[in-house]
Amino acid sequence: MAAQTLYDKLWQSHVVVQRDDGSALIYIDRHLIHEVTSPQAFEGLRLAGRSLWRRDANLAVPDHNVPTERVERSGGVAGIADPISRLQVQTLDDNCRDYDIVEFEINDRRQGIVHVVGPEQGATLPGMTVVCGDSHTSTHGALGALAHGIGTSEVEHVLATQCLIQQKMKNMLVRIDGSLQKGVTAKDVVLAVIGKIGTAGGSGYAMEFGGEVVRNMSMEGRMTMCNMSIEAGARMGMVAVDDITLDYVRGRTYAPTGDMWEQAVAAWRELHSDDDAHFDRVVELRGEDIKPQVTWGTSPEMVLPIDGHLPDPAKIENHTQREGVLRALEYMGLQAGMPITAIRPDRVFIGSCTNSRIEDLRSAAAVVRGKRVASSVKQALVVPGSGEVKQQAEAEGLDRIFIDAGMEWREPGCSMCLAMNADKLGAGEHCASTSNRNFEGRQGFGGRTHLVSPAMAAAAAIAGHFVDVREW
Amino acid sequence: MKSFIAERGVVAPMDRANVDTDLIIPKQFLKSIRRSGFGPHLFDELRYLDEGYPGQDCSKRPQNMEFALNLPRYQGASILLARENFGCGSSREHAPWALEDQGFRCIIAPSFADIFYNNCFKNGILPIVLGADVVDSLFRELYAAEGYKLKVDLEAQQVTTPSGDVYGFEVDEFRRHCLLKGLDDIGLTLEDAAMIRAYEQTARERSPWLFDVIK
Ligand code: SF4
Repeated sequence: MAAQTLYDKLWQSHVVVQRDDGSALIYIDRHLIHEVTSPQAFEGLRLAGRSLWRRDANLAVPDHNVPTERVERSGGVAGIADPISRLQVQTLDDNCRDYDIVEFEINDRRQGIVHVVGPEQGATLPGMTVVCGDSHTSTHGALGALAHGIGTSEVEHVLATQCLIQQKMKNMLVRIDGSLQKGVTAKDVVLAVIGKIGTAGGSGYAMEFGGEVVRNMSMEGRMTMCNMSIEAGARMGMVAVDDITLDYVRGRTYAPTGDMWEQAVAAWRELHSDDDAHFDRVVELRGEDIKPQVTWGTSPEMVLPIDGHLPDPAKIENHTQREGVLRALEYMGLQAGMPITAIRPDRVFIGSCTNSRIEDLRSAAAVVRGKRVASSVKQALVVPGSGEVKQQAEAEGLDRIFIDAGMEWREPGCSMCLAMNADKLGAGEHCASTSNRNFEGRQGFGGRTHLVSPAMAAAAAIAGHFVDVREW
Repeated sequence: MKSFIAERGVVAPMDRANVDTDLIIPKQFLKSIRRSGFGPHLFDELRYLDEGYPGQDCSKRPQNMEFALNLPRYQGASILLARENFGCGSSREHAPWALEDQGFRCIIAPSFADIFYNNCFKNGILPIVLGADVVDSLFRELYAAEGYKLKVDLEAQQVTTPSGDVYGFEVDEFRRHCLLKGLDDIGLTLEDAAMIRAYEQTARERSPWLFDVIK
């Protein structure tokens, strides 16, 4: 048999029907559901008089709209102040009850951001096809799964058939060899990748991350990288299974046990690209070359190392590019040529499905321990990715470290990543954010986002401007 | 689903690269549990000078007259001409819903983000990829002539300009078929229900842990 990539293997084992026109019916093992992209799908199912194909392949959790302030949160769904948000969360509860789908409700200890919850509960496993009506479903590829976001029509398609009609993607390998400098994290690596290939660089590809740096990376780090493969244009990111993967999965709530665990492990050991597998595109980076990254503009590809200076549109020849840089500088209220370290965040947000896992919180806490948030910073939010992460962090005393530094310790949810709840930026405010998108208005109308790692966000909160965490 | 066979309509410009889904329809409108009514909020942050919220009457809001789509010459447009990587960002289908609700049936760009591209077909919108230089020249013609219209023919896979230039485009056969016929693809898939059951049985024997129930 011809050598295969990890993606080829995952694809092949899930083909239900291969059609002559090049499309295929692909079986979906796990479907994750949240409140924003599912109501219209359930409604469609009802209107067409169709039933759910396989109830127990679904798992639901509200995350985008949930309040993160303890007071508002303590009232459960009924306590959500915004009536439109409340209705959306309530609709998820109602749909899950009607269709008998397991849901971790708003104040369940297991509730959290869907992409943190799936792997944490062992609901997403190596070798699975995983989908969710959310583009950051790519996160789950870190476990050696084929995971990607879908639209609401496809959510309905999966509910009704447990399948999707798909076209096979091309294969891309992003290989990062060598080792990382101290203070440089998975977030910096993936931002550097996006800076190199652009936000459309991965369009049409399934992206596998490999190389020594990735092999030595924790599961949390791998999830951060796969999470942002979509920001590099690739619907799916993935990492081969190894001992780090297996150690992570073992013992999780929905992970197999006993004989079945052994059987599963034997199959999972095959989940890597063959040595001579063909990739349509290979991108290589050296770990040593990567510095802490900060985005300055309104697209994740507008990213620079911490010692960089903002671009000068006058020096850009391509018209569309020049206009893009001009518009971004204007929106961000920044001057051409200024150093990244001169940018002063008004708010700091540590959270989101990119960087709200225990390792992320530990790395931020290590930076702020015993220090105080700069007086120029209006607010520094720390929002754990799930109730379990929150509990773990509190057991380690991380919450105290943040609170003592003048930061706010919140309840789990998407929060200021996209500002669908009350956590948002004011117009013109700059934010050091560990999330994944710096689009115009993403964190609030007129808000200005700078994407960074948790350690870099924490250091900026203390210093009042971006600083090089390697010298911290 | 609405079918798409051909469209002759006024073209409106969205002259910037990497137009993301947050720009197409900002997140506050995603709170709706309905599928319609997003049109007035299409490009909300560019289109109006104030901050929009769901359920408001947009006819009274201050419009940003520097935004091309607000200009009288582009009213009633059904074809959107755009730049590289249109629709990048989230998987929200609210983006094609908003475009469709506003009357757009076709988007022409040098490239699209994968998920958005796919979502268009599910909503009767045809996304067309044309070369960057072709798109460039279409932009020039569009700016030069008020009332500029294009003819898009999915059957023939061609875009025709007012001066008679014809550009062919590629589209995946299955998607083309579904769009031409306005087919419901869930219905199509369910015709293969027996194959899905058979797959499940084999997969269950091979990898039983994949069928451990969520409970
Ligand atoms: S944390 Fe942000 S990116 Fe992740 S699922 Fe929530 S809103 Fe989407």
